[in-house]
Amino acid sequence: MGRFIVNRVFSMGITLLLVITITFALMHAIPGGPFTREKALPPAVMKALEAKFNLDQPLWRQYVDYLGGVIKGDLGPSFQRTGVTVNKLIEEGFPISAKIGGLSVLLVLILGVPIGIISALKQNKWQDQLAMFLATLGVTIPSFVLGTLIIYIFSAKLGWLPSYGLKSWKHYIGPVIALGGFSLSFVARLTRSSMLEVLQQDYIRTARAKGLSEFVVVGKHALKNALIPVVTYVGPLVAAILTGSFVVEKIFAIPGMGKHFVESVGNRDYTVLMGITIFYAIFLVVMVLLVDITYGLIDPRIKMDE
Amino acid sequence: MKMRRISHEMWQPISSEEREKEKIDRPSMTYWQDAWRRLKRNKLAMLGLMMIILIFALAIVGPWFSAYSYSDQNLLRGNEGPSEDHLFGTDAHGRDLYVRVLYGARISLVVAVVATIVNFFIGILYGGISGYMGGRVDNIMMRIVDIISTIPLVLYAIILMVVIGSGLKSIIITLGTIYWVKMARIVRGQILSLKEQEYVLAAKTLGASIGRILFRHLIPNAMGSIIVTMTMMIPSAIFTESFLSFIGLGVSAPMSSWGSLASDALGGLRSYPYQLFFPSAAICITMLAFNFLGDGLRDALDPRLRK
Repeated sequence: MGRFIVNRVFSMGITLLLVITITFALMHAIPGGPFTREKALPPAVMKALEAKFNLDQPLWRQYVDYLGGVIKGDLGPSFQRTGVTVNKLIEEGFPISAKIGGLSVLLVLILGVPIGIISALKQNKWQDQLAMFLATLGVTIPSFVLGTLIIYIFSAKLGWLPSYGLKSWKHYIGPVIALGGFSLSFVARLTRSSMLEVLQQDYIRTARAKGLSEFVVVGKHALKNALIPVVTYVGPLVAAILTGSFVVEKIFAIPGMGKHFVESVGNRDYTVLMGITIFYAIFLVVMVLLVDITYGLIDPRIKMDE
Repeated sequence: MKMRRISHEMWQPISSEEREKEKIDRPSMTYWQDAWRRLKRNKLAMLGLMMIILIFALAIVGPWFSAYSYSDQNLLRGNEGPSEDHLFGTDAHGRDLYVRVLYGARISLVVAVVATIVNFFIGILYGGISGYMGGRVDNIMMRIVDIISTIPLVLYAIILMVVIGSGLKSIIITLGTIYWVKMARIVRGQILSLKEQEYVLAAKTLGASIGRILFRHLIPNAMGSIIVTMTMMIPSAIFTESFLSFIGLGVSAPMSSWGSLASDALGGLRSYPYQLFFPSAAICITMLAFNFLGDGLRDALDPRLRK
């Protein structure tokens, strides 16, 4: 187990180094500097700007400086907004995005898994058919359609939910559902099919033959194995919710990380773009590592030492 | 050892009744014939297949039969609801939404074709080589795949688009560079287990080249899971394109994609909801069709379910 974690942390480091290098290279490969305007700036101003952001240094020097900054946790200043650092944008935006994203993950797991289990137990009965009908709809509706539908029906037509901002608990309902809808349906389908497969196995028949109650058979014996595919999906789930936030934060006008990111694409704020990308990469890689470790703890068949 | 002679009298003709017993009544069927037969019986899957064909046929020929082109503006008739003139109504610039939705379907079709090509050529080849070679080659190739797949596709796409500018070209480049990793993983897994089978050993003994073993023996046998994966990869590429277009990074005006149409409709949502309805419905129907077909194919190609 220890060796496995050390190995994984090492390859994680390499992945991140590559991501940083590639992002850095791409951002510096863009034709025209970040201060290229329609009206050319006076040379003196240009020079001062370049000196301020270290752009007058040779490229390798900039790279080493940037890398050093990232290791120390400093992602540099924003090119477009004076006096704002990338760190400050992340500090502002991340808690908001994390709150909505975290709630979505909870919604997906707390609702999706039981729906899948019930569907499997009531296979081909009306409960199963209803749940799977909804889940099939859920995986076909993109988050931006679901989000705008929620605004149209519940805010514009019925007036039940507010359509933007994050002031009360009511504000969270729309974004959380729009963000989690797809994954919720996916998890429900995944749990159902893996539960159905597990329930057919011999050890379940043995457990039933022993006279164990249905609750113990399903809750203790079947669930443990049925949940393994769901655990492996948690990594992709986090990634899906992270990218989904770009769209949902745009629709519901939420000032989170996703909104900053999309805005920085719009106004070509390269340092912000680079900083947030790297932040996302670190976040994702750490999450995937945590999921992998949990996975190994749950399923003893996975050999960690390889 | 003394050989026993089998004399002529020991042979007897079998009765016609016995001959009937031994006869194989059903015509023998290949794996693909059987899969197709089972797919045909699955009504939802056939519905999905029909819908996909219909959508893409409409995408190709539809715009030719319309009186408007996707970029024709008529500011006097902006924001008109669906009517006989404009089947799906018009947008804020008075452009015909029906043609624009069909044009969006063309974009989706292009994306689907690119995704297919990338998966088929790069994904299968990469996964096949990695799985067949094994050892260090496999290790290095899969590490690269691991690194690529840590970062979500959308994030790559956004970074690339900032560098080379947004538009259909960038989406195609993004898909081409990284969209094959999932397929590569699946093919590798299949090849890893298939290459231990006797027929591969037989082929090796006969002196078949690596290419021949890979393309004539291994990949055709992995085709079932490759096709099932394809039916998941194509809609997810279409999804990604509309997602990017929605946040303003996809195709640029006056071209239209389902995502950018939905995004344009967002501002006037309260007054002109039909502008959102049609492109959204188009995406959902396409996704639903691919889902039906994918589920059906998975059941049809699963050898465990073969009767």
